[in-house]
Amino acid sequence: MTSASSTTTQTFTAKVATPTTRLVGAMAIVSMAWVVLGGLFVTPSDVNQGDAVRIMYVHVPTAWVAYLAFIVTAIASACWLLSRKHAMGFDRVAGASAEVGVIFMAMTLLSGGLWGRITWGTYWAWDPRLTTTAFLLVTYIGYLAVRGLGGSLEQRARRSAVIALLAVLEIPLVHFSVLMWRSLHQRASVLSGDGDIKMDGSMLTTLLVGVIGFTCTFAWLVMHRSRVLAMQDAVQSSQLDAALQDRASESAGLK
Amino acid sequence: MSGLGARPISISRVARVIATKDLRIELRSRVVTNQVFPFAGLVMVMFAFALDNDAVLSRVAGGLVWLATLFSLIILVQRSFAVDSADGALEAQRVAGLDPAGIFIGKAIAVMAQLVVLEMLLLLAAVVLYRVELHISGVVLLVTCVICATAGLAFVGTLYGGLTAGARGRETLLPLLMLPVVAPVLIGATRATESAFTSGGAAVSDGWPWVGVLAVFAVVFAIGGILSFGSLIEE
Repeated sequence: MTSASSTTTQTFTAKVATPTTRLVGAMAIVSMAWVVLGGLFVTPSDVNQGDAVRIMYVHVPTAWVAYLAFIVTAIASACWLLSRKHAMGFDRVAGASAEVGVIFMAMTLLSGGLWGRITWGTYWAWDPRLTTTAFLLVTYIGYLAVRGLGGSLEQRARRSAVIALLAVLEIPLVHFSVLMWRSLHQRASVLSGDGDIKMDGSMLTTLLVGVIGFTCTFAWLVMHRSRVLAMQDAVQSSQLDAALQDRASESAGLK
Repeated sequence: MSGLGARPISISRVARVIATKDLRIELRSRVVTNQVFPFAGLVMVMFAFALDNDAVLSRVAGGLVWLATLFSLIILVQRSFAVDSADGALEAQRVAGLDPAGIFIGKAIAVMAQLVVLEMLLLLAAVVLYRVELHISGVVLLVTCVICATAGLAFVGTLYGGLTAGARGRETLLPLLMLPVVAPVLIGATRATESAFTSGGAAVSDGWPWVGVLAVFAVVFAIGGILSFGSLIEE
């Protein structure tokens, strides 16, 4: 019966780069190069924080991208649930965005911890924003685990879409309860100093370019990852088709 | 099938039947009374070993009670669905045309009933082992807090338990998914319980806003569960 399966093996030709992804990729490279140059050499060091302020050019954009990623996941999940055809593209974008989001969120917590250690003398504080971010990370690690549970593509899409939307319920509740918890015990003071940073023009520009650069990197990664996921899904369904065909020819042979 | 499937059974009846079934299984198997309750008690003793200070213990008693409850919740939920998924009973219930919202509410009620008994024992253990004092004024707060927190825990537990039922590695996946979600319950119930115990100089009135948070949480996840449980357990 092996001959039957070998004939059904398909080759997948999928475009790995399109003009859009090339453009986004190029924008990402250019803006990231700007951030590296601007962040490390052009911008001045901070009056109080010294060179530690340069962490901001990575920390703020990664935090922005991480939150953006989870918004994209939630919207794509809602689109999958609401769309009549249940187009799998939405599910793949949701999954790809969550994967990239988890990496960026980990980078945010890491860079924030290091920055906090230098400026405030502590890696971690029970600030509502920090705590919510950490919970978001764990929640989406769980989301990715749910995506890996197995089963049919439709099953994966439905489960993970529901989990992503439940996370939208959960995160505001976590944030609110941590906010209330801290406000009853001590004022959340750690991050309130952020607004006091007097920002030089070159610093602000570098920061904005950083946000654009990291957003482009995110978009580029999500687009490519979605394509890879599409190919993985195609392989999975073709293997299923091949197995079905094998079984069909087997039963035909028995007759 | 003649005539039997013509009228769907109402959600409340499904919920009642499922809750009775689950509780009857637990009463007859005695796993909860003989294993889960002793486990929770053991956790309370272990906390005392780890903290090793009477003043600290009575200060953090509220948090320890709810932590022990969360650990036990994981076991209770896993058990609740293991009983069903072992021989495909959950699928059978779906095939039989039972409304998933009814199954969700029924299983949550059964978990809730077990949790309430467990929490009573844990609070009693806190009074005995950790020497906390409970005044009459704190009792109303404590009872309301227990009801709201337990409802929230049971709804979230049933929701995520249904998702992981029958999945590979569900023992490890359930806590990973569920614990971040129930964090607001841990925070809220702990603060409310501390107020009821007046530990750390907290006033009883400080606890009521937290009961509000717990009630909102329970309602949100009850609605979320009723709407999504069918999608989660569908094969």
